[in-house]
Amino acid sequence: MRRLLFLLPLAIFAALAVWLYAGLGGDPARIPSPLVGRPAPAFAVNGLATGDLEGPALVNIFASWCVPCRAEHPLLAHLAEEEGVVIYGIAYKDKPGNTNAFLAELGNPFRKVGYDEDGRAGVEWGVTGVPETFVLDAEGVVVLKHTGPLTPDAVRRDLLPALGR
Amino acid sequence: MTAELGHFALALALGLALLQATLPLYGAARARPALMELARHTAIGQFILVAIAFGALARAYVMSDFSVAAVAQNSHSLKPLLYRMTGVWGNHEGSLLLWLLILTLFGAMVAMFGGSLRKAFQARVLAVQAMIGTGFLAFTLLTSNPFARVWPPPLDGAGLNPLLQDPGLAFHPPLLYFGYVGLSVAFSFAVAALIEGRVDRAWARWVRPWTLAAWAGLTAGIALGSWWAYYELGWGGFWFWDPVENASFMPWLAATALLHSAIAAERREALRSWTVLLAIVAFSLSLLGAFLVRSGVLTSVHAFATDPERGVFILLLLGIATGGALALYAWRAPAVGTGVPFRPVSREGALLLNNLVLVTACATVLLGTLYPLFLDALDAGKVSVGPPYFAATFVPLVAPALVAMAVGPMLAWKRGDLAGALGRLWLAALGAALAAGAALAYGETLAALGLAAAAWIGLGALVEWGERLRLGRAPVEEVRRRARSMPRGAWGAGLAHLGVAVVVAGITASQCFQSELILAMKPGDSARIAGYEIRFDGVSRIQGPNYRADRATLSVLDDGAPLAVLGPERRFYPVERQHTTEAAIRTTFLADLYAVIGEDDAQAGRTVRLYHNPLVPWIWIGAIVMALGALLSLSDRRLRLAVPARRRRQPATA
Repeated sequence: MRRLLFLLPLAIFAALAVWLYAGLGGDPARIPSPLVGRPAPAFAVNGLATGDLEGPALVNIFASWCVPCRAEHPLLAHLAEEEGVVIYGIAYKDKPGNTNAFLAELGNPFRKVGYDEDGRAGVEWGVTGVPETFVLDAEGVVVLKHTGPLTPDAVRRDLLPALGR
Repeated sequence: MTAELGHFALALALGLALLQATLPLYGAARARPALMELARHTAIGQFILVAIAFGALARAYVMSDFSVAAVAQNSHSLKPLLYRMTGVWGNHEGSLLLWLLILTLFGAMVAMFGGSLRKAFQARVLAVQAMIGTGFLAFTLLTSNPFARVWPPPLDGAGLNPLLQDPGLAFHPPLLYFGYVGLSVAFSFAVAALIEGRVDRAWARWVRPWTLAAWAGLTAGIALGSWWAYYELGWGGFWFWDPVENASFMPWLAATALLHSAIAAERREALRSWTVLLAIVAFSLSLLGAFLVRSGVLTSVHAFATDPERGVFILLLLGIATGGALALYAWRAPAVGTGVPFRPVSREGALLLNNLVLVTACATVLLGTLYPLFLDALDAGKVSVGPPYFAATFVPLVAPALVAMAVGPMLAWKRGDLAGALGRLWLAALGAALAAGAALAYGETLAALGLAAAAWIGLGALVEWGERLRLGRAPVEEVRRRARSMPRGAWGAGLAHLGVAVVVAGITASQCFQSELILAMKPGDSARIAGYEIRFDGVSRIQGPNYRADRATLSVLDDGAPLAVLGPERRFYPVERQHTTEAAIRTTFLADLYAVIGEDDAQAGRTVRLYHNPLVPWIWIGAIVMALGALLSLSDRRLRLAVPARRRRQPATA
């Protein structure tokens, strides 16, 4: 019995190593979301709640303090203005003042913006980092999750097909 | 040519490491002195060869030799000399070479200062050290050659991420690596002890100074990184529970536990096999950190360029080193024995409590950091992993350790008197009550708890010194005599605890009493924050060596009288096409006035963010005090490495 106790560290480490190996294969920017295939999660923050979401649409998690969000912003603006895509924004762990300044500076591509100051909505959406973009279909079911800043390539290859275009 | 010379030196070092990893082990098993002696020479040889390689790479950076791929990708001829040099380790390949340089430096130090170790034991330690060296040299040469050439060479380099072009961050990696890699020595000592099946007080006495040195480096490195995040990232925070930050914090927690359990192992032969396990775990967490940062399993703001092939290689290294050491542990540790038993209320008991808390806290951080991976593997429910998770788990976990911290050093070994210890701590209790009362007067319950803990720990450390010196109870002469003869280790331990108190106070006050103001300002506008008036005087355009910047002039007025001028900048680096913010900070050491500017808007004006952060400098001051405490302990005669040898030799020569 006591010998088993000394084996415990090795056993824990072995389990850990297997997990780490399993994590290696995937591209970290494509963390599969348990949300895919399910309806949008229930959340309600200042400015936006689950009931406001009308698919097909994008839900973009962003923050004024996040540099990649700034980088993807022109692409969101393009999608909203030129392609007529409906986009909802959730400002993750951001002060409303900062969010508004960010949107005033770069333009507001969002139909509605939710102010998720303490990151509660981020929990419901399973956010691992900003920016992240979810695609909702016409029934409001999450069909795709994109982690990291959007690129023209990802929009053409993944997002637009997922929106049914 | 120089690059090829460096490459060649690395390959030679790998050859030496292979020799050192095998022959001395055989020599130690068969009692062949020549083979055991070999380890010392190859260890020093390895260090010299890696230093040559490092020098060759540094030369390529300083001379801007863009035919070397790593230089072309990470440097630029317009970069100031300091950043061309520190750029050596600002990327994956170069930082591995720095890691190797420090690893072989520690090996050479064990070879040079380990003269008083038993020969067979030293040979085994150096052999294990060389196994680690072999792994990392092979990793560098096979997957991440820093000397690879590009042809034709580009006209100029791609530049270094401007966020990293900063004096604070320039010296953050060397200190941090000193800590990470320093823990390899404790690991090698643990594995060598397991091979021999023998852990005694001498072993613990040897492990402590190496761990102390590594811990001091790790503490200073983490503090420097957090200071950088505070003034460079520009939003007033100092710790973000980012995976890479956690990667450095986990070995720190394990090393802190190791430092304390090694005391019990040295003084009382208690917690023996536990101490060995901690030594293995601490370095394994360093390796895990390397894996997390370099393999691309986690996304992070400052992960290196990632590559699955490298990930597999490091995981293999981690598997062999940690898996091998833990298998050896499972097999041999029962022979080592758990150690001398003790009562729960005793110095050993307090050290064990400290260990349990630190290890649990470390496991919490590990879980939080790896959670995205677990989620992948389990496809189970969801938990947000970020500051809310850590605030909810880590903080309540360490709270009992903070309370026990002042009491532990007051308890006697083997069987302590808790009531007596608490009685002697009345001054600390009084201080804690006053601090809590003052914070409650401002209506901040959390602040009351934090500040009370800080006062309790800080005054506790002072009371402990006072007790040792018999301050106020013995004549001045005796106190002075006792102060002179008090071991540096006791001064150092108290100082480190004092540092913790300062850090706790800094974190608490900056979290609970921060004021923040964000507004758009036009020249002539003014704002009030924490009793100061801030007047926006305008923005000027300035040209730096490799950037241009908008610098705002913000006058700080106290009752209308000018107090200081803040000049926050917003820089643009054309080579890298990146913007950075440079915060302007006016510190009184009791509080920081912190200003950042954003973009200009023709209508609303310039976005200005102002923070008043009380006690925030204490976080870094406290960390430096902790590191100084470790260095003071390190200078203790009883731990000084060469002393036992000299003492033993003296009677012979006399």
